[in-house]
Amino acid sequence: MHELSIVMGIIDVVTEYAKGAPVKEVTLDIGCLTTIEMFAFDMAWKQAVKGTLLEKATLDINRIEGRAVCLECGKEFTIAEVYDACTGCGSHLIHIVNGKELKVRSLIIF
Amino acid sequence: MCATCGCDTHTHNHSHSHTHDEKHIAVEKDVLYENNLLAARNRGFFDAKNILAINLVSSPGSGKTTLLERTLTDLKEAVTFSVIEGDQQTTRDADRIHATGTKVVQINTGKGCHLDAHMVMHALQGMHPHENGILFIENVGNLVCPAMFDLGEKERVVVMSVTEGDDKPLKYPDMFHTSQLCIINKIDLLPYVPFSLDKAISNAKRINPKLEVITLSCTSGEGLDKWYQWLESKKS
Repeated sequence: MHELSIVMGIIDVVTEYAKGAPVKEVTLDIGCLTTIEMFAFDMAWKQAVKGTLLEKATLDINRIEGRAVCLECGKEFTIAEVYDACTGCGSHLIHIVNGKELKVRSLIIF
Repeated sequence: MCATCGCDTHTHNHSHSHTHDEKHIAVEKDVLYENNLLAARNRGFFDAKNILAINLVSSPGSGKTTLLERTLTDLKEAVTFSVIEGDQQTTRDADRIHATGTKVVQINTGKGCHLDAHMVMHALQGMHPHENGILFIENVGNLVCPAMFDLGEKERVVVMSVTEGDDKPLKYPDMFHTSQLCIINKIDLLPYVPFSLDKAISNAKRINPKLEVITLSCTSGEGLDKWYQWLESKKS
């Protein structure tokens, strides 16, 4: 249940930037290759925002798909799991370029 | 006065909606920023004190604490060790480490499922680990959550055992993806369990081709020499 730690991290970042104003909307980037289980995330969010500036905030989440570059043949391709092989040459020697994002992109305050 | 149209003489019955007090703020900040900052501080501390910090991760019961007991006992003349123990509850593991004569501090995470850099920073302040030595950080037994949290370690070692199934790396890929060494423990039990070392290693390498693998048994002692050589190579 590390999702709760992640939610607490988001609340800390947003609270710092909101400077005491109630928050209307939070935009997040969450890559598909992060170990965030969205069901657990939603549960943690609902509990953790109570009594904070984010209590009424809506969430706008950009799920960023996994992309990797093969270090053998140079092909760039989409991956669903970190152990997916290169779709060109079958190598597992790959570099992940997208999908590990976990950041607060922006917010709207009242 | 209305901030959008400047009106102050009539009531708000005109057409624009009341969104003029909203403010967009660009943030672009990593959620793990605080953790990563503290991890960088821990790393700086380790570098300054010439401490080799190793984050030991695994599922519960794979033998992390037993591996530590053997290592601390076998190498105690050659290396000065310090240990940070992470568990949800009790000081049982710290007591076992303490019995080997090693400096140890226990972190109880309570409901938490992983150690983070902040907890480790406070543990370091309390324990003053030996300079020029090796610090083992035994994480909470959990193959999911600790993967995301950098503690400032130099090496991350994932321990699995032959009683767990050779598909474990595929089921918990993130931990194997972020580790530098995989120890496969309890190989003395191989004749009794349907576990293929070849399959386990090839599964782990599919996730992380750079992952080093050492197979050993803390009970029979087989393979421990390779682990000790690995430690020596990272120390120098």
